[in-house]
Amino acid sequence: MEKRVTFNERWLPYLLVAPQIVITLVFFFWPSGQAIWQSLLIEDAFGGNSKFVWFDNFINLFNDDSYYSSARVTVVFSFLVAAIGLGLSLFLAVMADRVIRGATAYKTFLIWPYAVAPAVAGVLWGFLFNPSVGIVAWMLQAIGIEFNYVINGNQALLLVVIASVWNQISYNFLFFLAGLQSIPKSLIEAAAIDGAGPGRRFWDIIFPLLSPVGFFLLVVNIIYAFFGTFGVVASLTQGGPANATEILVFKVYNDGFRGQDLGGSSAQSVILMIVVILLTFVQFRFIERRVHY
Amino acid sequence: MTRILLSSVAAATLLASAHGAVAQTEIQWWHAMGGNLGETVNQLADGFNKSQTEYKVTPVYKGSYTETLTAAIAAFRAKQAPHIVQVFEVGTANMMAAKGAVYPVYEVMADAKEPFDPKAFIGPVYGYYSTTDGKLLSMPFNSSTPVLYRNKELMEKAGLDPNKPPTTWPELGEMAKKAVAAGAKCGFTPQWQTWTMIENYGAWHNLPYATKANGFGGTDIELKFNDPARVKFIQMLADWSKDKTFVYGGREGKSTALFNAGDCVFHIASSASAAGIEKALGQDKVGISMMPYSPDVIAKPQNSIIGGATLWTLKGKPAGDYKGVAKFLSYLSSTPVQAKWHQETGYVPVTLAAADVTKKAGFYQKHPGRDIAVEELTLNPPTENSKGLRIGNFVQIRDIVDGELEAVWSGKKDAKTALDDAVKAGNEQLKRFEAANK
Repeated sequence: MEKRVTFNERWLPYLLVAPQIVITLVFFFWPSGQAIWQSLLIEDAFGGNSKFVWFDNFINLFNDDSYYSSARVTVVFSFLVAAIGLGLSLFLAVMADRVIRGATAYKTFLIWPYAVAPAVAGVLWGFLFNPSVGIVAWMLQAIGIEFNYVINGNQALLLVVIASVWNQISYNFLFFLAGLQSIPKSLIEAAAIDGAGPGRRFWDIIFPLLSPVGFFLLVVNIIYAFFGTFGVVASLTQGGPANATEILVFKVYNDGFRGQDLGGSSAQSVILMIVVILLTFVQFRFIERRVHY
Repeated sequence: MTRILLSSVAAATLLASAHGAVAQTEIQWWHAMGGNLGETVNQLADGFNKSQTEYKVTPVYKGSYTETLTAAIAAFRAKQAPHIVQVFEVGTANMMAAKGAVYPVYEVMADAKEPFDPKAFIGPVYGYYSTTDGKLLSMPFNSSTPVLYRNKELMEKAGLDPNKPPTTWPELGEMAKKAVAAGAKCGFTPQWQTWTMIENYGAWHNLPYATKANGFGGTDIELKFNDPARVKFIQMLADWSKDKTFVYGGREGKSTALFNAGDCVFHIASSASAAGIEKALGQDKVGISMMPYSPDVIAKPQNSIIGGATLWTLKGKPAGDYKGVAKFLSYLSSTPVQAKWHQETGYVPVTLAAADVTKKAGFYQKHPGRDIAVEELTLNPPTENSKGLRIGNFVQIRDIVDGELEAVWSGKKDAKTALDDAVKAGNEQLKRFEAANK
């Protein structure tokens, strides 16, 4: 039987959750409320000339081709960042888990990129691939590949994906590694005795047991791709060339802060908020069912 | 998200303005001049503070132009605005529309009974920031105009006379092609392509950017820059990009890295880039001359238009403060201050007197080519098409044009389709701006 400690004070639980509630109210509900209100207004940036226009800002967005193209870019980008990021870090974690000598050194090196801010990651990768002075671009040119992310949209998107994945890989790696280390060795050994090869052992035992971690990381990575990659895009491409890397969160910033179109920008953030809430809901509702805890 | 940032900026502003001077009246000046330029700004404020005792100007560096403007807007909404804020030229129409927030310079001067002579200013510098009837809205501060830089070393290598810059586009193309054939990595690259290749190309050839005198006559305007001349010009550049006669180096000032690395023979860039370019390549290897023109469009170039930023006065401070603002703005446009600013930064002086003083001091002999910017601006009396641009939501429109031009450089669109699409999308922005400011 379980032993439980209970508190009888009526208010204690409320008191204990209060700090979290207050933080959520101040830093989520209040600004979201403001964003929703602002999304129904058209006004000049200084706040004079404010007009309540119902859903005009949203209607404008849905009639705007550039909004759809930004949405398409975001979907492709998020899928690539999450898929490559998770796949690669799982591979690295499995490999690092097997290493016996010098494991700490490997792990430390793999964790390092996480200490780099996204904006700095963007600058670093931009420098490596810079068409005129970048060493990687230079090497690519030597083998006959013209790499110029300043003009070529697909290459720019690829570069933003690489920088974003690189930045996030350590985080994923840490969680996967912890997950791997919590899998009982006895299960794997038993399977080995029964004659299962390494591949079989991975897919039938390790992978399912890793799925809660994987699921958690999927949610985190999609949110990262939606919001956290802003710094990479801002420092690397500013959404260009020809808007090939203009993800939604960058467009929100660009229209709101550079363009001073607060109504349109707020409408975009509201849509973005709804999309992320829906995505997270779908993930918990449908994908979580298949996860073995 | 927008709101969190706005309110935290406002909070920071509150803190910043909490410790003001007591005896003197403090004038807050928010600007976007970092590095060396920021040093010069501090010196200017110091100079003013030492020249009198009543007022104290405090310059505060707020980051990029965008960050500075955003901070000022947030502060204004929180009723904590600075007296003076530096805003880039593309923000002009939006600032003008912000009635109730801005205090036009001509009113500031008149209310403070501060003497002020519009005729002292260089035409296109004054015109860009004034109303159609010639009333100045914001004080021109740092203005520049595109000029043609050439790499003399690369010209010599190609067997060209380094002291004979091209004056027309066909000449430039021919020379650039020769240089590329002689091993140069790039013939020509422009900086701030929307500003140099579309806006200034228009003014230089006396072509309209938009209806109603480029927007000076009202907000119900349409863009006009998809004319045959510019379509032909952009298409020519696109064709040049096949053999590296033209190389696109990125938005804003990014392409200057190519020229500074010694890759390109020709570079059209802001006159304010001169100091940096001369530092990178060595002053004797750089030549500065006027932008080329297309002889099939115009027989002689008209005049160029400026870029840069001005100082806007914001409302909401005690009436007495604005006397100090007026005095400070006068000080800034005084001849010695302007001459110093022009010589140290490469920005054009806002007054003709400052240019004369600089010339008499022999500055242009020591720094050949630094007078080209003023020469371009004053080449002819400005027309409706070359006075300046007054375009709402200009930041977004420039982004649109940048995007469409990039589509041309990457071969996705031809020049005509791209410029037509840019005009169409830009007109949507203008409609939106008009609706918001009716």
